[in-house]
Amino acid sequence: MKISLNINGEVRNVEVEANTPLLWVVRDELNLKGTKFGCGRAACGACTLLVDGEAVRSCSYAVKFAAGKEITTIEGLGNEDNLHPVQQAWIEEIVPQCGYCQPGFMMATAALLNKVPNPTDEDIDNNIINVCRCGTYYRMRKAIHRAAELQQTKTNLSS
Amino acid sequence: MNERKNISRRTFITRASKGAALMMGVALTGCGPIRRKIAGLINAADTPYVGNTDDPMIWFEILADNQVILYSPKVEMGQGIFTGFAQMAADELEIDIERIKVAHAETDSGNVDKFATGGSTSTSSLWEPLRELAATMRETLKSSAADLWGTEVEQVSIENGVALFENKRLSYGEIVQRTEKWNIADTPDLKNLKDYKYIGKPIPRIDLMDKVIGAPIFGMDASLPDMLYGSILRPSKIDAQLLTADVSEASNMPGVVKIVQEDDFIGVVATSYMAAERAKDQIKAEWKTNKTWQTEDIEELLQVGQGSGVSVQRMGNIKKLEESEEVIVSEFRSPIGAHAQLEPNGCLADVKANGATIIMSTQVVDITRSEVADRLGLNEKKVNVKPTFLGGGFGRRLHTPNAMQAAVLSKAVGRPVKCFFTRKEEFQHDTFRPPTHHKLQAILNEEGYIDTISHELASGDVMFGSPLVPKIGAKMLGSDVGAWRGGMIQYEAIPHVDVTSWRVKLPFATSWWRSLGLLANSFAIESFMDELAAKTQKDPIAFRLAHIADDERGNRLKAVIETAAERANWTTEVKNGRAMGFAVSTDANTPCAQVVEVSVANGRIKVHKVTCVIDPGVAVNPDQIRAQCEGSIIMGISAALYEKMYVDNNELRPVIYGPYQMALMRDAPKQIDVVILENASKPGAVGEPPLGPVGASIANALFRLTGKRAYAMPFGQEDWSYLN
Repeated sequence: MKISLNINGEVRNVEVEANTPLLWVVRDELNLKGTKFGCGRAACGACTLLVDGEAVRSCSYAVKFAAGKEITTIEGLGNEDNLHPVQQAWIEEIVPQCGYCQPGFMMATAALLNKVPNPTDEDIDNNIINVCRCGTYYRMRKAIHRAAELQQTKTNLSS
Repeated sequence: MNERKNISRRTFITRASKGAALMMGVALTGCGPIRRKIAGLINAADTPYVGNTDDPMIWFEILADNQVILYSPKVEMGQGIFTGFAQMAADELEIDIERIKVAHAETDSGNVDKFATGGSTSTSSLWEPLRELAATMRETLKSSAADLWGTEVEQVSIENGVALFENKRLSYGEIVQRTEKWNIADTPDLKNLKDYKYIGKPIPRIDLMDKVIGAPIFGMDASLPDMLYGSILRPSKIDAQLLTADVSEASNMPGVVKIVQEDDFIGVVATSYMAAERAKDQIKAEWKTNKTWQTEDIEELLQVGQGSGVSVQRMGNIKKLEESEEVIVSEFRSPIGAHAQLEPNGCLADVKANGATIIMSTQVVDITRSEVADRLGLNEKKVNVKPTFLGGGFGRRLHTPNAMQAAVLSKAVGRPVKCFFTRKEEFQHDTFRPPTHHKLQAILNEEGYIDTISHELASGDVMFGSPLVPKIGAKMLGSDVGAWRGGMIQYEAIPHVDVTSWRVKLPFATSWWRSLGLLANSFAIESFMDELAAKTQKDPIAFRLAHIADDERGNRLKAVIETAAERANWTTEVKNGRAMGFAVSTDANTPCAQVVEVSVANGRIKVHKVTCVIDPGVAVNPDQIRAQCEGSIIMGISAALYEKMYVDNNELRPVIYGPYQMALMRDAPKQIDVVILENASKPGAVGEPPLGPVGASIANALFRLTGKRAYAMPFGQEDWSYLN
């Protein structure tokens, strides 16, 4: 099936089987490797990306559902010269260890901040439910609070 | 133009021969004291860097724009060693750390470690050789600059990677460009610790940017033109042999390129990951199992007194334990644990007529090369293993034979093939943390202090069976050093001590899991110490201090304990529903003490705060030492409270995150206070020692809070609500 995807602000056309998980289209057809495979059953969150601003576990999300929607991956969140507040906060708090699960956490955090600009610890516990084996949660929590601050400063400056 | 120079071979060979001597020692020496000494060396993680002396070694590459690439013989799996190596190199090279990039050495061109990356030894083993190499390189560059200027080397000075003489300047990059013949300088004296600009400072990780922008740095991200995807058929049961497999339906599935049937495995090669997986699901395989296994069978096997026992620590005489009527006895258990690292094991293999390229996440780069070469019938030099960043190691990648399977598939189709485990396969074909059983016995003297103590532990294999340990070495050692790591009694003022390790053979693979036996052994010993203190109504910290020997090791141990007590405002009182728990362990010469604050609410155990005092000696990067402590504490909470595999009709389960319960954000303490002491003159182990005290300190706090003691990990899945 031919599908037109709007990904990171670009239109990309792919020809894939309609039920292929979005994860594999993003990684292997579009060569955006920042979105990770962890479990294939929506249980770990390593594959989290945004579809219309909502966090989606792309290993269990058929590509056909993404047609016509805006997809954002870690590559579209920000880049080295223009980091997203979440990425900036992750650097300030020196969060990553092995780094493999981190894009998924950052995408989940970006989605949380879209809905709850200033999350409480409880909001974080309830919404950030990905798995990190290195145990970077302690720094991640600090980074999420810091990202909320940075995002608000940015919003205030642009309004 | 890139010019690589092989600079400091002499220094390097000196180091490497030290390592070779250690391994030869294992092979050549007899039993008795030597065995103990070798075991002690391994236990202390005093393993020297074991390098590759046959091939030309290239550590540094200096580019024309004055960037330095350091090729690391060790792999980066999150432990932060690349940052520490950059600090060491920058300080002795006298160049800005921003100019140093650290990359993994490949087997073809570089200096990969012959052995492995593991055992918390990377920083300690490279501490001297790497600084010496960098200093030698600096002096060599300086001497070359002097030659270019026709002056004496003493006249040349270095500032930020630039050689200076009168009003002349040459960057390292420029020197490399202009030098035709190198004269390797003698290795100079290293600088004093206090003169270092980077070593000792909390420099941010040098891989931060790549890791926040999602750069394709992992084995899983590797790709090559014309690449296909492979998948290996694996049984869901333990102890299973393949009888027959009908692949006819699978062969006709869309996207299938080839089904490869070898004597020991079947693999599918297809045009996409999903196509390969779907085809594999259509293989009609019949497996034979010899026996039906359940969790209870494993627990029955795992008993102190079964299998073969070897005494690994003995002081005085514990005979009294048989005669006395006042023996205090407790037993502890720990379950089968999974590594559960997020990046599945995988490999991209590209096998051509004249050689093979292997790109993957592995902790054993050199062993993997040998295995692939052997399997393909190639000379080792024809196989190049390119290590990538690891999406978690934790010991899971200390044997990566899946590289051979990928290589066989690639050879069969004549194209690059990438294969990786599904998550279910990860959980069922892990090399698990072995389950353990511990029996502790003690006799107290009239004052209520320990006169005699024995610790017997039964464990599945850790070190035995690992390709890292030559069979002969295992035989000479007699006992599984990995299993009893952390099992020795660190309270050396106790007159009569015995630790005996029992080896139990299990019907599934168990092996290295971050900190090996330390987590389970410390859970048992430190819970028991708390029980003894409670029995004699002594403060658990004072009780421990009273049993520590008055020597260098004892003093370092006392220092972490006393600092932790002070820093945490230690109390045995329960305040606001929170109780403190204490535990301390020594692993690989690094003592670590922890005080936890715990409450129980709605039946759930909550760890609010952890105070962690660690003494790894010289702290190369205090921030990354903190990060390793935080990570170890959270991994320890996860193992102590939740993680457990079980065996159900030969199937190891659960097979997915969630049902395999692990610590999540909500379980992470909101406060982790790490204090670093530096009471040794060189860097020691960091990545594993902080796991030791976690389980026991939480169990001890729970006892204070509830009066109930946890004798088996995990203890967080129980409902504790009836206690509040």
